[in-house]
Amino acid sequence: MTDATQSGPMLAADGTPLKKSLARSLRRRKLRALALISPLLLFVLLSFVIPIVSMLFRSVENGIVSQTIPLTVVELQNWDAEGGELPNEAVYAAFTKDMLAAIEAKQHTRLGSRLNYEKTGMSSMFRRSGRQIKKLDPEADAPFKDKLIEIHDGWGDVDTWRTIKTHAVPITNGYFLNAVDMRRTPEGAQAQPDDKKILIKLFGRTLMMSLIITGSCVLLAYPISYLLANLPMRISNLLMILVLLPFWTSLLVRTSAWKVMLQQQGVINETLVWLGLVADDARLVIINNQFGTIIAMTHILLPFMILPMYSVMQTIPPTYTRAAKSMGATNWTTFWRIYFPQSIPGIGAGSILVFILAIGYYITPEIVGGTKGVFISNRIAYHISSSLNWGLAAALGTILLVVVLVLYWAYDKIVGIDNVKLG
Amino acid sequence: MIGLPRDPVFKVKIYGYNRELTMKVTKTTLMASAIAAVAGGAMAEEMTIVSWGGAYSKSQLKAYHEPYSEKTGVTILNDDSSAEGVAKLRAMNEAGNITWDVVDAVAADAIRLCDEGLAMEIDPDTMLAPAPDGTPASEDFGDLLVSDCFIPQIVYSTTFGYRTDLVGDNPPTEICAVFDLENYPGKRSLEKRPINNMEWALLCDGVAKDDVYDVLATPEGQDQALAKLGTIKDSVVWWSAGADTPQLLADGEVVMGSTYNGRLFSVIEEQKQPVAMLWDAQVFDLDGWIIPAGLSEERKQRALDYIMFATDTQRLADQAKYISYGPARASSAPLVGQHAELGIDMAPHMPTDPENAKNTFLYNYEFWADYRDDIDAKFQAWLAQ
Repeated sequence: MTDATQSGPMLAADGTPLKKSLARSLRRRKLRALALISPLLLFVLLSFVIPIVSMLFRSVENGIVSQTIPLTVVELQNWDAEGGELPNEAVYAAFTKDMLAAIEAKQHTRLGSRLNYEKTGMSSMFRRSGRQIKKLDPEADAPFKDKLIEIHDGWGDVDTWRTIKTHAVPITNGYFLNAVDMRRTPEGAQAQPDDKKILIKLFGRTLMMSLIITGSCVLLAYPISYLLANLPMRISNLLMILVLLPFWTSLLVRTSAWKVMLQQQGVINETLVWLGLVADDARLVIINNQFGTIIAMTHILLPFMILPMYSVMQTIPPTYTRAAKSMGATNWTTFWRIYFPQSIPGIGAGSILVFILAIGYYITPEIVGGTKGVFISNRIAYHISSSLNWGLAAALGTILLVVVLVLYWAYDKIVGIDNVKLG
Repeated sequence: MIGLPRDPVFKVKIYGYNRELTMKVTKTTLMASAIAAVAGGAMAEEMTIVSWGGAYSKSQLKAYHEPYSEKTGVTILNDDSSAEGVAKLRAMNEAGNITWDVVDAVAADAIRLCDEGLAMEIDPDTMLAPAPDGTPASEDFGDLLVSDCFIPQIVYSTTFGYRTDLVGDNPPTEICAVFDLENYPGKRSLEKRPINNMEWALLCDGVAKDDVYDVLATPEGQDQALAKLGTIKDSVVWWSAGADTPQLLADGEVVMGSTYNGRLFSVIEEQKQPVAMLWDAQVFDLDGWIIPAGLSEERKQRALDYIMFATDTQRLADQAKYISYGPARASSAPLVGQHAELGIDMAPHMPTDPENAKNTFLYNYEFWADYRDDIDAKFQAWLAQ
């Protein structure tokens, strides 16, 4: 470095310092690279990252109460929810004013649907009351307390106001509590009644069954991949097509085909009865339960396990096993000490693929899962498309995402993500 | 090393898989933007109508779409998305880009859409055609106008079909046969949701028909219904698609099962399977149209024009030529004729036929709008036990 200060900085052909000129060209190259990928980056950002983040945000977003009935929410601050007494006239007056504005904007039934998730009956209460409140005048018709209670006796129920006050916060933990079988109450978080607890159970079942499916995929895929990787090219190509063929068939078709196979009047049972292995009145129940889900999903996800395993096994040089054998190792030792360790990256890659796909499946469990083989995704689908409780669906989805990330992290710690190869 | 030539196979497959997904998305986006682009300019000839698909969409195509296109020159695009209609409409509404003009929805969904502000309010007397004798639409449809946004089209029912060859000499005549494992052994299929099942359970547990919803509103009543369902739980195959029960009946997998009456009609009359109807305690439900809120004035007028045409007395009666669902207008009932292809009289196959409608339920929309989430949570927890 001292040399450099003595003889001045090294110069490029055009007289600028070389360092500067290099940095500039590097920056230009980086910018060009960025420009090249920017359409893709923008596309991914717009069509993937932003929708997901905004969907996840719904799991805490709860502006609807304070936006629809802002005056009431302010007035309710002064009301003691624990006291067991109805709020005073000021709250009712504010509520009437809020409702008149909300009815004008056709927002009141929306709030009713939102609050109905927390207290059954709110939906019709808002809808029905709306038709009557519309006729009231915010000045001339005061006081409102008795009038509202006359319109619907729900307004004379302390619980109604407690529910509104509890859920008036713009950012809520209510959906997340619901997602883990709890609920937000004026007294803080409480467990759901026992006969409504289901989501934790479903989370556990989803994880457990996804693990079983991944495990059975490994067991089935390993010998097939080994065979594919070690047979002559001509035969293995043919076998490869057999592996890929179901992969190209519609998911629904494959699932329905399993239904035909597994049901009690189905192919498998008919064959067993015909062979005399099973009595006609004691046919096996192998569908509409967990077993059916495991079979169908293992079949559907198998190619995702075979393909990475196969491409990793292809790269294992046969010379290693030959060397081991020439030094006196038995077949088993050769396999276990030489071949198997080299095939682990394929198992890792396949397992991650299959597990993550399995955890989010819902069509197959819905069709063949019966009551005991459904996954948490089936509830997410229900809340997205039927109950429209997108907040709860988003909370469930967020939890699922976090669980997957945690498992991925644990996997990285135990196996090491560098040890995963897709080929 | 050895595998190098074939390594790319896998990568191509994975890439191909993603590409397929991406392409789907792009296609939809393209279509959406194309429709949006057209919406701004000359869209005089196109509208998108959303319905359920299958035989039902076909009946609408024949009875409504084709005559309407012929009359006005409007091209009608079909989208079979009604099953996800509510969620998709909400997503479109939030994205501010509504690509649907008229949507077929069951009444319960229509009420939900109306509550959420996603459907336009309808004034029946100015927006719908009066009956031929001049009766205003509000009277012609009567009580079936269950929501401010809903334009009824058909009355369908959820009812039971049974295998005639599996019930011996003792065909079931009343609903409680479903809970009678002794006389009717074998599996039965029920829908995987509380609606209808809870009512039937209470009815067969000795609750009077008029009290069913009062009882069901209490936690004890809900437990009572679940307990009754519990007596047959091990013999139930739960369905989630309307096509399941017909298939299960045809395969002999179940001895009886609930589904929509039109599906059973097609099993019995079109496929000639040994199946018969058990009309007792059938639950009437309504299906009809909604117009999404927030359409441009031009599209709104076109949607209304279509609705005016498609829900008039003759058109509703015409639909019954293709599918065994009852027209929602009182004035259409006398016009119901024969099946267009089978040539059989359709009137006796209508759920509203007096012979079939001796003991019926009407889906209690208000009750279920309130209690659906609550009871569904209980029901699902009970199922998972």
